[in-house]
Amino acid sequence: MWEALDDFYWTYQSLIHGIGVNGILALSVYVVLAVGQLSLGQAAFMGVGAYTGALLSVKFGAPFAVSMVAAALVPALLALVVGGPTLRLTGVYLAIATIGLGEITRIVFLNWDYAGGALGLSNIPERGGVPAIYGTLAVLLIGLTLVARSRVGRAMEAMREDEAAAGVMGVNLPRYRLVALVVSSAMAGVAGCLSAHVSSFIGPNEYGFEAAVTILSYALLGGIGSPLAPVLGSTILTLLPEVLRPLADFRLMVNGLIIVLAVLFMPRGILPWRIARTG
Amino acid sequence: MLEQQLVNGVVLGATYALFAIGFTLMFGVMGVINLTYGVYFALGAFAALWSTQAAGLPIWAALPVGALIAGLIAVLLDTLLLTRLRKAKAPELASLMVTLGATLFLYAGMAAALGTEIRRFPAEVFSGGAYSLGDVRVGTTQILILAAAIVLMLALLALVRGSRIGLAIRAVAENPDAASLMGINGALMLRVVSFLSGAIGGAAGVLVGLNFNAIQPFMGEHMMLRGFAVIIVGGLGDLRGALLAGLLLGLAEVLTAAYLSSTLKDMIAFALLVATLWFRPLGLFGRAAAKRA
Repeated sequence: MWEALDDFYWTYQSLIHGIGVNGILALSVYVVLAVGQLSLGQAAFMGVGAYTGALLSVKFGAPFAVSMVAAALVPALLALVVGGPTLRLTGVYLAIATIGLGEITRIVFLNWDYAGGALGLSNIPERGGVPAIYGTLAVLLIGLTLVARSRVGRAMEAMREDEAAAGVMGVNLPRYRLVALVVSSAMAGVAGCLSAHVSSFIGPNEYGFEAAVTILSYALLGGIGSPLAPVLGSTILTLLPEVLRPLADFRLMVNGLIIVLAVLFMPRGILPWRIARTG
Repeated sequence: MLEQQLVNGVVLGATYALFAIGFTLMFGVMGVINLTYGVYFALGAFAALWSTQAAGLPIWAALPVGALIAGLIAVLLDTLLLTRLRKAKAPELASLMVTLGATLFLYAGMAAALGTEIRRFPAEVFSGGAYSLGDVRVGTTQILILAAAIVLMLALLALVRGSRIGLAIRAVAENPDAASLMGINGALMLRVVSFLSGAIGGAAGVLVGLNFNAIQPFMGEHMMLRGFAVIIVGGLGDLRGALLAGLLLGLAEVLTAAYLSSTLKDMIAFALLVATLWFRPLGLFGRAAAKRA
């Protein structure tokens, strides 16, 4: 019995890790979408987290916990800087600024010799693994569900549905926007750190625009009615290429098509039900 | 060598400005950041390449072919993707995401169909040569690019500012409902704008393909960041702003590459973008409701 499970784990190890990490990424983009904003910088924040954590582990031999905390803090700081203007602005500006951010981080990693440049960083110690990934995912799921059920969740939903009305009703729009962006980038950074420490290699081109769009498609497919929905979306999209092996080369086309069809025909995702609220 | 760098910067800036003018026209009238715009750029270049190779057209005839095909595809995509959302008065985030998905689909499809290797215009297309003014060398390609960019921009500005169609387009941009009450065919105007922006994107693709002598499916992706920077710095939806900001970015990139470093060159667009968002969020010419053509 245990032997069979062990075999299964070794065969599908990277897939099992991927589902968990992508679940965390899906939640990170959910946090921004839930307040009616669109961030295309999740891959960049993930990359910054991955590089921060990996550099600390490889170059300074820092303990895993230190790497994880730094991998959350550094992207959060970056989000504060980039997100500052969005205190005054809405919608497309954040999307555009975060697309630019993704490009800029890629260029920095590509040209930063200390971090391996174009070759990337390898020999990252394997730490954490399944317990750390799924533990983080579980904590985030429970935490975000509690938030969604609270007054804060109600305010977030109000912002998403009608920003002007929410503002008039006394929701502090700029603060919610900024907090959502900072929290989400910290989550993406943690996901990056976790994935770097299970795959033991990171490179500058793993965190580009395509990765950002893939992360967004998780939440679009699943929906943002509850935190469970984006995680379901990411699980399906992570498993899909494995199930449809012959389609693997067209994965990006499939992802694109899913986004188009989801927005046009299922604007609320495959798990459209909203969470019940108490507060 | 400063004069030479200035010439190079202006030529590069003219292509950026041309690219951004179609992009900002689309945004100004439709209120949607249409990410498929980068695809028209590559499609125009490929269509022009095809017409020089298969039909043996000279470059001055291949440029309109590229623009025409890109424009028609732009109309098709706009109809397929955005009509439904427009009818439902969906928020702009939904439109942005639909075009994002479509872009991903089209890039992957183009890479599969056309291959990702870099292609070039046939050598006879550049009759080559250069003129010297003192120390400054100006290539024929550069002159062609600058001339095409100026002509296309003037034509577009004349159309939008000085014709009845332009008036109708501006009316739709200002208020679609009121425009339709005044007897303007709003759906038709949106098609005209899609066609115009797609054609301009395609023309910019041909010119940039000529300038760098490199055509490949993802060439538009590289331009989109610059396009964003230009339309934000210039003010969303403003043609004059796009023109000025395009030249500014072209000059900034060339001068940075010449006197600082080529790594920094790639970051200039983003630096301009963030600085604008911080200090003058509405851009050079923007106003509160950045909705004009």
